[in-house]
Order: sequence, then structure tokens, then C-alpha cells
Amino acid sequence: MNLSLILDVLPLLADSMVLTAKLTIASIILGAFIALPLSLMRASLTAFLSFPVLAYTFVFRGTPLLIQLFLVYYGASQMDWIRSSAAWFILREPFWCALIAFSLNHAAYTTEILRGGIRAVPFGDVEAAKALGMSYALRTRRVVLPAAIRLALPAYANEVVLMLKASSLASTITLMELTGTARKIVAQTFSPYEVFISAAVIYLGITLVISYAFAHLERHLAKHQQRNAQTGMFWFAEMIATLRPRLRGSVSR
Amino acid sequence: MRRYIIVILLSLIPTVASQANAQQERHVRIATEGAFPPWNAVDNSGQAIGFDIDVGKAVCERARLKCDFVTQAWDGIIPALTVGKFDAIMAGMSITEKRRQVIAFSRPYALTSNYFVVARSSDIAPLGSDTKIDLSANSEENNALLRTLKTHLRGKVIGVQGSTNAEAFVHEYFGEAVEIRIYDKQDNLNLDLVAGRIDAGLADFSVWKSFLDTADGAAVELYGPRLSGGLFGPGIGIGLRKTDDELAARFDDALVSISLDGTLRQISLQWFGADLVSQ
Repeated sequence: MNLSLILDVLPLLADSMVLTAKLTIASIILGAFIALPLSLMRASLTAFLSFPVLAYTFVFRGTPLLIQLFLVYYGASQMDWIRSSAAWFILREPFWCALIAFSLNHAAYTTEILRGGIRAVPFGDVEAAKALGMSYALRTRRVVLPAAIRLALPAYANEVVLMLKASSLASTITLMELTGTARKIVAQTFSPYEVFISAAVIYLGITLVISYAFAHLERHLAKHQQRNAQTGMFWFAEMIATLRPRLRGSVSR
Repeated sequence: MRRYIIVILLSLIPTVASQANAQQERHVRIATEGAFPPWNAVDNSGQAIGFDIDVGKAVCERARLKCDFVTQAWDGIIPALTVGKFDAIMAGMSITEKRRQVIAFSRPYALTSNYFVVARSSDIAPLGSDTKIDLSANSEENNALLRTLKTHLRGKVIGVQGSTNAEAFVHEYFGEAVEIRIYDKQDNLNLDLVAGRIDAGLADFSVWKSFLDTADGAAVELYGPRLSGGLFGPGIGIGLRKTDDELAARFDDALVSISLDGTLRQISLQWFGADLVSQ
């Protein structure tokens, strides 16, 4: 084990970290925009609205992300009519293919997480809003979503960390992100141990930032519920909590 | 008891005789993989066929050796040689420093010849594939050809398989002038070449050959000069035991002989449809 090699490859990997960050952040933002309306549909009691979304989340949570990625990247390029259409302009680029697959997959999980939050909003709160004469849109905006997001946040933080790690699959479609670059350096240096430790350290660093941010956000959103300010390393405990594996029984990739 | 001794002694006679003969006509067993066409393959009757086999037969004839071919899985082909299961390896094996630490090689009987391949519909300025660049020779002609190649491919997207000599070449000679996409498998590279995601690919000719013969391969063509030498290594050689100097010398002489009279080139044309043997 060569400690100086671990440090030497860090700057080489840091360049590719930018691509990993870009992919992760773009997928999360796009995924959130998709998931927000879908989770409301999914939580709806009308089968006509909830069933199509259920089908979508079932498919995307029930198949490996790697296969979804290959279907978008290699599958689309097999069809002549796609290649001659305007969509090819986007599907031609590996970055966009990865973004499409990642954000659709991420949105499927986020939809289910947020739907859980929506269903967990105390019924009394919704009743009260109705009694005050609030319309569906208004009470969703003012009552349901704020409470639902607060409830779903810990699980969502977990999903964001998973998204970061899932972005490593992009290297299979020629995007040289963190993991892909690490593998390339391994092939050149024949030292898998040091190089992968370096890559792992970088992933840990990013995860630390994400967890810290969510721990703070969680505390911020729950301010009105706290009687006494917590002291000490509260954020650390919450951060560690987000690193726990997915709940048993839920579909994981 | 005496009868048994006589039988045993009698049975020894042919062995002794054949050993005396071996000085003139040595029996050589050559191993091949049989699963790497067109270099080597196995036909329906179980016989080894391919470029390696035909070169082997020509060499043995020239060296007055009695040879036969055995097939052996690629993994473990080198250890089996060193323990003496056979005497030589002809399996499209390129000469590398790493292998040289364990076994000896004859002089190369084929070059590792890398070619660019582009889609026929591509807008890259045409460049014939009948020229060649030997990277180990630093001639003005070579450098001019390399510059032309670089100018034509500037700004294009080039696919290579990861951890191959092709990748090393593109990085070293083209660097920032092109966009490099690295694939884990040649098949995936071929798919993207047909789909038009990449403008060109670089790989060994024998790899392209099997792709060019497919229906998808009809959409692409070889582009620009043949690249060999330098970081592509000296080529494909016959693997031999380090202690077997006699066989190495006889093979080397025979290889020179079949290369000079054009036999080797003829076999290359027959199996590859191209000359992969002349410098």
C-alpha cells in the first residue's frame, strides 16, 4: 500500500468529480420537478390519476438502473426512426442519455417517498384546511406539501446519496466520471487498492456535504416543533442516520 | 523372466531409433487457441484452421520439421508451454515485455496493425487506407502522414477500447485535438460507430475484420494509414520455451525464408484480405 499514490491520484480524480457532481445535481433537480406533480397524482384517491404513476414507479423501481441506462443509450440508437428524428440530437450525447435515465429513475423513488409523506400528513390538518374553505391547490401548497416534505426529508436525503453513488454507472456509456476515471488509472498503474481508496474518499467527502446540508435543512424545517434547542453534535447524529441503508422491504438497486 | 526382459528390450528399440532420428526431423507440437478467427479456429471436423495454422505449416515445411497442431484454451497456454505439453504457441499472440519474462518469441510473423474506421456517410475528409505508418521509423514521410491524419480528425469524436494500445496511441499522438470516448467492449464501440455517436474508431485490423464482414459493418470503412510499430509493439510471434534455442533458430530462418519469397504475404491476403505482414 502506497500512501503517496493515494494522494497523487486525488487531483486527477478531482477533475472527474466535476462530471459526477454535474450528473448528480442535474438528475436531482430534474427528478424533483418530475416527482412533485407525480407524487400528488400518486397520492390521489382517483385510480385514473394514481394508476399510471404507479405503473411508472413500478417499472423504474423494479428494474436495475444499469439496464435502464443501456436501454436509453444503446436501445435508442438501434432504432432508425429515432436516429432520424429530432430527439436524436439529445439521445446522441451520452451525457443526456445518462441524465434521462438517472432522473427518471431518481424521480420514481422520490415520487414514492413524497407520496408516503403526503399520505402521512395528519388528516385533521387537511380537514381543518377544508373547513376554512381552502381550495385543493391552496391547501396542497400551504398545508399538505410543507408537512409532507418535512416528513419525507430523511428518506429523501438517503435517496440523494444513493443517486450520487448510482452516477458511477455513467462510466459504462463512455462518460468518464469519478469511478470510470479511477478504473482507467488502475489499468495504467496496476494499483487498484490506492486508486479506489482515493475515489472512495472523494465519494465520502461529497456524501458528507450532502448529509450535512440535509441535516441542517431538516432542523430548519422542524424549528417550530422544537421546544429546547438541541445542543452539541445533533447534526452529526442526524447525518449518520441518513447513511443507514434503505428500510427493509423497500426496493433497492 | 528372461522372456519378459527380451520383450522390454525389444520394445525399447523403436524409441531409441526415433530419438536418433529426431536430430534430422524433429517432431514439433504447436498449440493454438482455435477460437480467435481469422487467426485460428476449429473447423467442423475438429481440425485447427486459420492464419496461424497456415503460417505454421509453411514454416515447418521450410524448416524440415514435422509439425502437428493441438488446441489449448488461451488461459494457461503459456504455462502449458513451459511445462512441455507442446513446443510452440501460434495463437495470434503479440510479443510483449511481460510475456518475454516467461517465454521466448520468434521474430514476428505478423504486425499488430491498427486502423481507423469511419462511417461511410461521415463528412471526414477522405484518406486512403493503402498507406502505412511505422511508428518506430521516424521518417519525414511518416510524420507528414501523421499530421494529415491529425488534421482530418481534429475536433472529431474517436472511440477506443479502454486499456489497449489504441487508447494509448490516441492519447499520445492526438491528445486534445480530438474527443476520446473509452469503451469497455469493442462491441459497444461498433454499435456507437454505426449509430453515429462517434466519428471514428481505432482498433487492430483483425478486430475490425470480423465487424466489417457483418451487415452493420457495411456502413463503415477503413480510414487512413495502417499504424504499427512503436507503442503498438513488434507484432505477433511464435511463443517458444526459453531453453529451446534450436527451435527458435530454425523457426526464425524459416520465417525469413517464407517472408522473402512472398508465401507469408500470400497467406495474409488469403485470411485477412490484406497484407498484415510486411513492414
